[in-house]
Amino acid sequence: MVGLHKSEFKNPVINWVDTRLPLFTMMTKEYGVFPTPKNFNYFWNFGALAMINLMIMIVTGIFLAMNYNASTAGAFDSVERIVRDVNYGWLLRYVHANGASMFFIVVYIHMFRGLYYGSYKKPRELLWMIGVVILLLMMATAFMGYVLPWGQMSYWGATVITNLFSAIPVVGDYIVTLLWGGFSVDNPTLNRFFSLHYLMPFVITGVVFLHVVALHITGSNNPLGIEPKSSQDTLPFHPYYTIKDSVGMCVYLMVFAALVFFAPDYLGHADNYTPANPLVTPAHIVPEWYFLPFYAILRSVPSKLGGVIMMFGSIAILFVLPWLDTSPVRSAKFRPIYRQLMYVFVVVCITLGVAGGKPPEGIWVVIGRVCTAYYFLHFLVILPLLGKLEKPLPLPESIANPVLTPIGGGPLPGGAMAKPMEKM
Amino acid sequence: MSATAHVQGDGHAPDHSKRDFLKLVAASGAAIGVGSLAWPLIDSMNPSGDVLALSSVEFDLAPVPLGQAVTVVWRGKPVFVRHRTPDEIKTAEAVKLSELGDPQRDSDRVKAGHEQWLVVVGICTHLGCVPLGNKSTDPRGDFGGWFCPCHGSQYDVSGRMRHGPAPANLAVPPYAFMSDTRIKIG
Repeated sequence: MVGLHKSEFKNPVINWVDTRLPLFTMMTKEYGVFPTPKNFNYFWNFGALAMINLMIMIVTGIFLAMNYNASTAGAFDSVERIVRDVNYGWLLRYVHANGASMFFIVVYIHMFRGLYYGSYKKPRELLWMIGVVILLLMMATAFMGYVLPWGQMSYWGATVITNLFSAIPVVGDYIVTLLWGGFSVDNPTLNRFFSLHYLMPFVITGVVFLHVVALHITGSNNPLGIEPKSSQDTLPFHPYYTIKDSVGMCVYLMVFAALVFFAPDYLGHADNYTPANPLVTPAHIVPEWYFLPFYAILRSVPSKLGGVIMMFGSIAILFVLPWLDTSPVRSAKFRPIYRQLMYVFVVVCITLGVAGGKPPEGIWVVIGRVCTAYYFLHFLVILPLLGKLEKPLPLPESIANPVLTPIGGGPLPGGAMAKPMEKM
Repeated sequence: MSATAHVQGDGHAPDHSKRDFLKLVAASGAAIGVGSLAWPLIDSMNPSGDVLALSSVEFDLAPVPLGQAVTVVWRGKPVFVRHRTPDEIKTAEAVKLSELGDPQRDSDRVKAGHEQWLVVVGICTHLGCVPLGNKSTDPRGDFGGWFCPCHGSQYDVSGRMRHGPAPANLAVPPYAFMSDTRIKIG
């Protein structure tokens, strides 16, 4: 009995459970009183939104799987049956499909926040790397999920991407045959994609748990990029950020609802409403919008193996970002040149996305190559050099005193001293 | 800002009623939200449109001669349709209610004007076997109706339980006559 956890809860039932499995204590510590920087802006909502999005995808996915038929003969029709005959099946299908797009919107903005505010820098390098792992798992899950409706784009997208692995020297063809379970994308491929697509979100959930644990060890970053120095710099997560996250969630749900109820097929491709035909290739094979930048990088390189290496490289490079950026200053707020180059980077990424959606002809080939080159230049050349060459702006004293007083006194009071924080 | 929240000139306990009200409204809103999310998920598990479309079946009675019975599949279950002879009808109507384990008049189990047609679900009310008796070569039990080989339950020409472990009469499904020779079950 000596080592048993001493629960603080007054309710006898909760106390009994908490003494034996301190979930309630854990929830209070991690999501109740957890000291969170008080200066978060709305960019900090996106991690929570990603978690909500993951839960929505898992729930809708489980109910869809009750009616989905994972055979090449039945898949397409089973999806149509869900949309037409299953009660609220249309809602399940379109929430799940648009939820995938929402998931990538949320995660890309979440990553942009990380890049802009230096959230990947010491001591959060591992946190960032775990995040990149989550991104890779999401991409695998989304790719396999898109194959399941067994439309033309499903089939041909699967064919293109699985064929990429044949670029691997020596063992490439054996790997592709292993992936396919046959000699082309066919029934065995579809069945195993369904199994793995059902599995991966739970793997993602596990890695997300690691991501949050790592975050709670280091504490969150904040827009100023300076660590909290005292309790004056932080607020308890509940109620301040539970409420702020709820507000963000309402906006997120409005965007989500606008897509689901008013433009459910806008982000999709019309060709996927044609059942898969292995004998007819669509005029232009394109992946879903969230893969377009990587698709553009893949097609920019004239060599098949080179394109594959560059495409995977564009994500692999994110793993080593904490060591590529040499600047001792975290937040772009105090890095005037980096801030402008970040906007250039975003424009380049969006341009890559547009290029990925176009047929690889004419000016778009040039644009794709230029942007691919710039993408790698940003990480491999600009970031290492900028840390050494850039003169950052002076950092403020602390989060509580974010504005420096001018020397000799000025119109500002000597740092807006906050009153001691009221105990809730 | 925070200093003003609890200033009470007369020293009374801080008034939390507004906060309590807001908490109540917020919690109710969240509950309504969760409920409205949960219902479509649960309802998606209810029978879907194509299953409901197969939930009724039409049957042409003309080919069933007097004294014979056929089995129709309805909602995945067997339904016995028996063309009863006038003798069988008289026997069924004459049975006293006190003799029955599950008392029910024969007239309550058939449609008025169509007493020669008995439509019952062919599942024994004991443990669910399909009783024998549709074919004239089948054992029909002592009451001329149906005999369940599993545990020996016996039904009469009105499908009523007369002997054995079955607790109830054979169920009469909802059905209607679309014409003298056509019924719609379900």
